[in-house]
Order: sequence, then C-alpha cells, then structure tokens
Amino acid sequence: MKNKDFSFWLFLSPVIIGLGLVVLIPLIYGFYYSFTNWNGVNQAEFIGLKNYVDIFSDQEFRHSLWFTFKFSFVSVIVINIMGLGLAMLVTSYIKSKNILRTVFFMPNLIGGLILGFIWQFVFTKVFDAIGRMTGIEWMQGWLSDTQTGFWGLVILMSWQMAGYIMIIYIAYLENVPKDLLEAAEIDGANAMQRFRHITFPLVAPAFTVSLFLTLSHAFKIYDQNLSLTNGGPFNSTTMVSMDIVNTAFQMNQMASAQAKAVIFFIIVAVISLTQVYINKKREVEM
Amino acid sequence: MQKTRKRYILEILGIVLALLWVSPFYLMIVNAFKTKREIFTNTLKLPEELTFENFTQAFEELSFLQTFFNSILVTVLSVAVILFFSALAAYALSRNGSKLSGFIFFIFVAAMLIPFQSVMIPLISLFGKADMLNFYGLIFMYLGFGCSLSIFLYHGALKGISKSLDEAATIDGCNRLQVFWYIIFPLLKPISVTVGILNVIWIWNDYLLPSLVIGGAGTETIPLKLFDFFGQYTKQWHLALAGLTISIIPVIIAYFFAQKQIIKGVSDGAVK
Repeated sequence: MKNKDFSFWLFLSPVIIGLGLVVLIPLIYGFYYSFTNWNGVNQAEFIGLKNYVDIFSDQEFRHSLWFTFKFSFVSVIVINIMGLGLAMLVTSYIKSKNILRTVFFMPNLIGGLILGFIWQFVFTKVFDAIGRMTGIEWMQGWLSDTQTGFWGLVILMSWQMAGYIMIIYIAYLENVPKDLLEAAEIDGANAMQRFRHITFPLVAPAFTVSLFLTLSHAFKIYDQNLSLTNGGPFNSTTMVSMDIVNTAFQMNQMASAQAKAVIFFIIVAVISLTQVYINKKREVEM
Repeated sequence: MQKTRKRYILEILGIVLALLWVSPFYLMIVNAFKTKREIFTNTLKLPEELTFENFTQAFEELSFLQTFFNSILVTVLSVAVILFFSALAAYALSRNGSKLSGFIFFIFVAAMLIPFQSVMIPLISLFGKADMLNFYGLIFMYLGFGCSLSIFLYHGALKGISKSLDEAATIDGCNRLQVFWYIIFPLLKPISVTVGILNVIWIWNDYLLPSLVIGGAGTETIPLKLFDFFGQYTKQWHLALAGLTISIIPVIIAYFFAQKQIIKGVSDGAVK
C-alpha cells in the first residue's frame, strides 16, 4: 500500500479523525485556553501566564498536588511489594495457585467507583464495629480525617492493583528457566542466593514496567477518590484529577482548570517518557 | 521433610491471603441481606434472617434491566468500532513501509501518553457546540481514546503475518478491503480477543467520560446510575450494598466463564 493509494487513506481516516477530534485538537485548544480567561461561554482573551501564577498560589491545588505525589509514592511501593510477593506465591509449587490467581486478580475487573463504595462501607462500618468490639482505637472513625483518608485510599488502590501487577511479574517469573534454578540448587546456592543472582536479574525488566504503570495509574486516579472519600474531609484528600474536574464542572473556572490540566499533562508525560528512556537504554545495553 | 513443611506454610499463607482478598465482597453480600437496623447493631455477624426486599427495591430503583442494557449497548458498540477500525488502520500502516506511515504510527503511540483529564475540558466544550454530547458522541470518543493502544497491539501482531498472503489474495481478485476482511482480520483473532478484553474492562467500568457526555433518565450506564443511587441512599447501607451486589454480579459471571482469556489478555496487553 503506497502513500498515494486511496485505500491507505481510506483505512486510516476513521482513526485519524477519531484521534484528531477527540484527543489532538482538544489538547491544542487546551494549551491555548490555559493562557486565556475563557469560562466556557465567553470569547477567550489572552491573559498570559496569569492562570499559572494563580494556581500555584492556590493553597488547595498545591495541597492536592502534594497529596497526589505522596499517595502515588506510597502506593507504588506497597503495590509492587505485594504484587511481586503474590506472584512468587502463585508461581511456587503450591496446589491452590490457580484459584489464588483468580481471586487476587478479581478486583481489577470491577470499576474503581464500585470498589470505592464497597471499601467505604468496610472502613466506616466494619472497621468501626471491630474497633468498638475490641477497643482498638485506631480502627474507629476511618475516613473522617486526612490520615485515615490517605491510608484508606492506599489500601483500596493496593488491593485493586496488586493482582494486576502480580500478572505482570508472573509473565516474567515464568520465563526464568527451571533448569537454571535446579542447577544452582545442586551447586549449593540457597533460596536467597538463587533469587538474588538468577531470578532477580531476569525479572528486573518487570520492575520498570510495573513501577511506571503503577505510578501513572496512581497519579491519574479519579473514580476511587470520588467514591471512597469524595475529597473529604474539607477537600483534604482531593487529588489532582478530582481538583481539575471540580474546578471545571462545579466552579466553572474553565481556564484555571485547564491550566491545572496542562500541569497534570506535563507531569504524566515526564513519568511516561522517563520509562520509555529507561527501556530504550536497557535494550541498547542488552 | 522440611520441604513439605514449607509447602504447608505457603498453602496456608495463600488461603489466608485469598480470604482477606475476598472479605470486602463477603462483607458487602452478607450485609446486603440485613435490615437497616441490623447493619448498625450487628455489622460483623451473619444476618438473623435473609431480607430480600433490599434487592428487589435496589433492582427497581436502579431500573437495572434498562441500565444493564445501556451498559451492554455502549460497551459492545464501542468495542466493535474500536476493533474494526484499529485493525484496519494497523493493517494499512503495517503494509506501508514509508516514513509517513512510521510518523503516523508514532503519533498514535505518543497519544497513549496523554491523560484524559488534560483534554477533557476542550473536548466537552467542542462536542457540546457540535451538539454531540449524546450516545453517538460517546461511541465516537471511545474510538478516539481507544484506538491508540489497539493500533499498537494490532501493529505488533501484523508483523508476523506474511505479505505473500496479501499478494496471493490480490492475484485471486480480492480488493484491499476483501483481503483485510477475509484473510487478515480472521488471522488476527487471538490479538482481537486481547484488544477486546482490555477495551471492554475499561469501557464497562468507565465513569467520568459518560458522566460528562450522556445523562438524563433512561440513558445511564451502570456506573452512572450507581453513583446517583448511592448519593440518594448514602445513609441507607442496606439498599446501597444490595445495589452494589447486583451491579457486580454480571462481571463475576463473565469472569467465571472467561477467566483464562481475561488474565491472558490483560497480561499480553500490559507486557507488550
């Protein structure tokens, strides 16, 4: 199929129009609007960097940015440790490994919105009941302050994503040759040494994939945030995504919301490009 | 001897973790059978007697049959459109070795990095002006957001399908579209399953985009309706939990029948 072929362009046109109208043109408009006083209705007037100056002096946005970074950092660590642990468990020689895989992966299929509602019940009612019954104080009053809201979100996210990351680690772990491990065992290497010198180097690419996948997922979450805490109490658990949505569609400050969206885009792009860079570098080395 | 003991410890650890993993679902279902009073006085125990009214009331308030049908319609149509047009485009790109085709492919891959929230506001404004904030607009938007990853996955699979097949079919008198439809698309079936599963999971559960695009009585998908329902019954957990349980059942049934394909699809999609 040549460039000038009619069929080449015919086959491409639906997705080019789709991507263009849905993603590319809105992206360009978005950059433009972020430098204007647009409110969704009026004729946009260019006002330079004012929106950006304003949002960075805005306490709530700075808090949501900081909260999102903190949340992503902790979630990435917890999810990856859990994901790798679960993967090693279900690739070991135990009998129940197939059913365990099924169970650990299950939360991924259900939307973040529904999962958030379920955990809202678990945290506010079940935790409370256990706390009252046993007299454990820290189990009472969950989601009513920033601290428990934060950990609630981390627990929800980890429970949901650990099974997904587990699947990725499994794919790499199953590529580790069994005879290599057996040979090492015969040569007297203990479990720790086998993990350190054989499994770990072969699974290392999975760390890059998983770390960045969890990082960008965690950074972008909205549904879980909405259904678990809805940003409360007093907007203290509002993350960047939610802040953008609220600024735009509740407060109707379109231009200011769009400036936040541009900052959000830049952060996500930097995260993703770093991953691409690391992958390319490793491919060259290998 | 030591090995069997270690195995037992791992087995028990696995079972304990699995129970912990399903406990939120267990708590949801058990409490959905209780009366409003009993949830407060007796959260942890099994229900004294099974209250089915929660389910019938939640089913009605969610207009579940209608809502379920809306979700099916949106998901099936969007995924069909994404599969067909992405495969077609990936085919065109993979059979053209020019720089331009490489550049177009690069644009699609690069577009995967763009998060929804960064284009959301102009998108809604643009489609609002064109009077396209409706069901058809939503399907079209799913094509726009879904095609990048799908083209990427199809493109990878197409490298493994020899061009001599195209040539043979062309000599036999097939035109380009016929070659694609009768020869190439059937060969892409395994990757179509992967691409389909990834898109179904995403679109079925999506809340934010449809909440901005569709709305109004009778058009809501499950997440939209559930959100409204939950807001209405925020202090009435017996109904809320019954509603959540009903909404999850279709997913659990699908998972039960297709778990191998689902796990494989997600694994392939993530690792590539």
